[in-house]
Amino acid sequence: MKTLVWVEHDNKVVKDATLATVTAASKLGDVDLLVAGSGAQAVADAAAKIAGAGKVLLADDAAYEHALAENVAPLIVTLMQAYDAVLFPSTTTGKNIAPRVAALLDVMQISDILSVEGADTFTRPIYAGNAIATVQSSDAKKVITVRTTAFEKADHEKGNGVVEPVSGQGDKGLSSFVGSEIAESARPELTSAKVIVSGGRALGNSENFHAIIEPLADKLGAAVGASRAAVDAGYVPNDYQVGQTGKIVAPEVYVAVGISGAIQHLSGMKDSKTIIAINKDEDAPIFQVADIGLVGDLFTIVPELTEKL
Amino acid sequence: MKVLVPVKRVLDYNVKPRVKADGSGIDLANLKMSLNPFDEIAIEEAVRLKEKGTATEVVVVTVGVAKAETDILLTARAMGADRAILIQSDDEVEPLGVAKLLAKVVEEEAPGLVILGKQAIDDDANQTGQMLAALLNWPQGTFASKVEADGERVKVTREVDGGLETVDLKLPAIVTTDLRLNEPRYATLPNIMKAKSKPVAKKTVADYGVDVSPRIKTLKVTEPGKRQAGIKVGSVDELVERLKGMGVAK
Repeated sequence: MKTLVWVEHDNKVVKDATLATVTAASKLGDVDLLVAGSGAQAVADAAAKIAGAGKVLLADDAAYEHALAENVAPLIVTLMQAYDAVLFPSTTTGKNIAPRVAALLDVMQISDILSVEGADTFTRPIYAGNAIATVQSSDAKKVITVRTTAFEKADHEKGNGVVEPVSGQGDKGLSSFVGSEIAESARPELTSAKVIVSGGRALGNSENFHAIIEPLADKLGAAVGASRAAVDAGYVPNDYQVGQTGKIVAPEVYVAVGISGAIQHLSGMKDSKTIIAINKDEDAPIFQVADIGLVGDLFTIVPELTEKL
Repeated sequence: MKVLVPVKRVLDYNVKPRVKADGSGIDLANLKMSLNPFDEIAIEEAVRLKEKGTATEVVVVTVGVAKAETDILLTARAMGADRAILIQSDDEVEPLGVAKLLAKVVEEEAPGLVILGKQAIDDDANQTGQMLAALLNWPQGTFASKVEADGERVKVTREVDGGLETVDLKLPAIVTTDLRLNEPRYATLPNIMKAKSKPVAKKTVADYGVDVSPRIKTLKVTEPGKRQAGIKVGSVDELVERLKGMGVAK
């Protein structure tokens, strides 16, 4: 089977989500990569070094700079004449583009796969991760998004792919990019962090969140996450949110501070290797999934913990 | 401009789903069903556009069982939708099939904007809006946290992985809602009573001449792996020791 992988990037560097997607694709067959962007030669060169990369198709056009689905999907559809499957990471970019490609190819997309069971058979979570479905696709071409925390990352230094330019139809004139506000953070990225410290509504306000959660995160070299309640209350921006409707993470260690553990939150982090919960309510549902629990007031426990680390 | 809002009837988000013993699916018998939460946000946004004078009419549509008429479509009308369309199907229709049916409805209704939820909380697919946009060759503003429409264009602020992104789309367009777009209003009792007199057009899948046969077969549904029961530690010192033991702390 010939597979094409969408390379997630910012026109400068390849994002980590790509590496896990390559691993999933390699379970299906030969892997070629697509870099669609503007001034993205460096990205294509880096993508060629990903272990298992065959060809790296580089579509370099101003119309592809911001990965607008209206412009990128027709390009992928044309390229798909030569491929049996296309895989995207389940990032917001992947989730935006992939279904548009699938509908144009008249196939059903398989969302957020957790494993490859065979050439046409996959597992995927449903009902916020409360059940795992094994599904079999009857479509000739497969359009797949990959839950990146479920696959190992491919090595990004051992490949010897060949970059090959391709061109598409450019700007379809339906949409345009206006601007973006990307949250600046010196900390590790949430979805690829080894350790995550997450705060919930119990922090009470934004000042407490920063004063209590962030020093602990910095001590542990961790990324900072949050529950929906903390985001909705305005303590932190929405891209901190872990859960069914936010980011899905699976770090080595997840420290949940003042988070009760609603199912929507658990679905975003319950595949973490070790879960540590700090909560004053010993009946909080978070303790049912926590490997290590500490019952008590976070306002005294967390500063003490930070101090002693 | 007319606004079309496709909605879905799903297991209420507060109900913990149970996998059937034979692994054939999720047991939905006698459980509370509700409007998909993202679809409530879509209805709210459409109704607000009408209150602002941008939208002239709000039409909701669902593909699903007959019961949808008296539960979710009633709620939708009570929230402010002017009328509803029920495309009856006793079988589950996949996102691609739903998108094809919706494309036909769009052809008939000619809305200026279609607002959908970003995903349904049962199949968690996150596909229908994008697929509908593809079939219509319309632009898409997915995961919207802010929507500003005039007669010609719509500016959509999207929730993306690193933060927010704003795109400008030519109308007609597709928008899918994220959680922070708005706070949906409650359907009040007087409005529920009034909603009963708002029309519901009843159709069947066959009326649209669209092939919705499933492309994906569910072989089995299982419970996710259970986590081993954890331990509780009594003090911060103990927790520090554990963290050191895992190599997380020095």
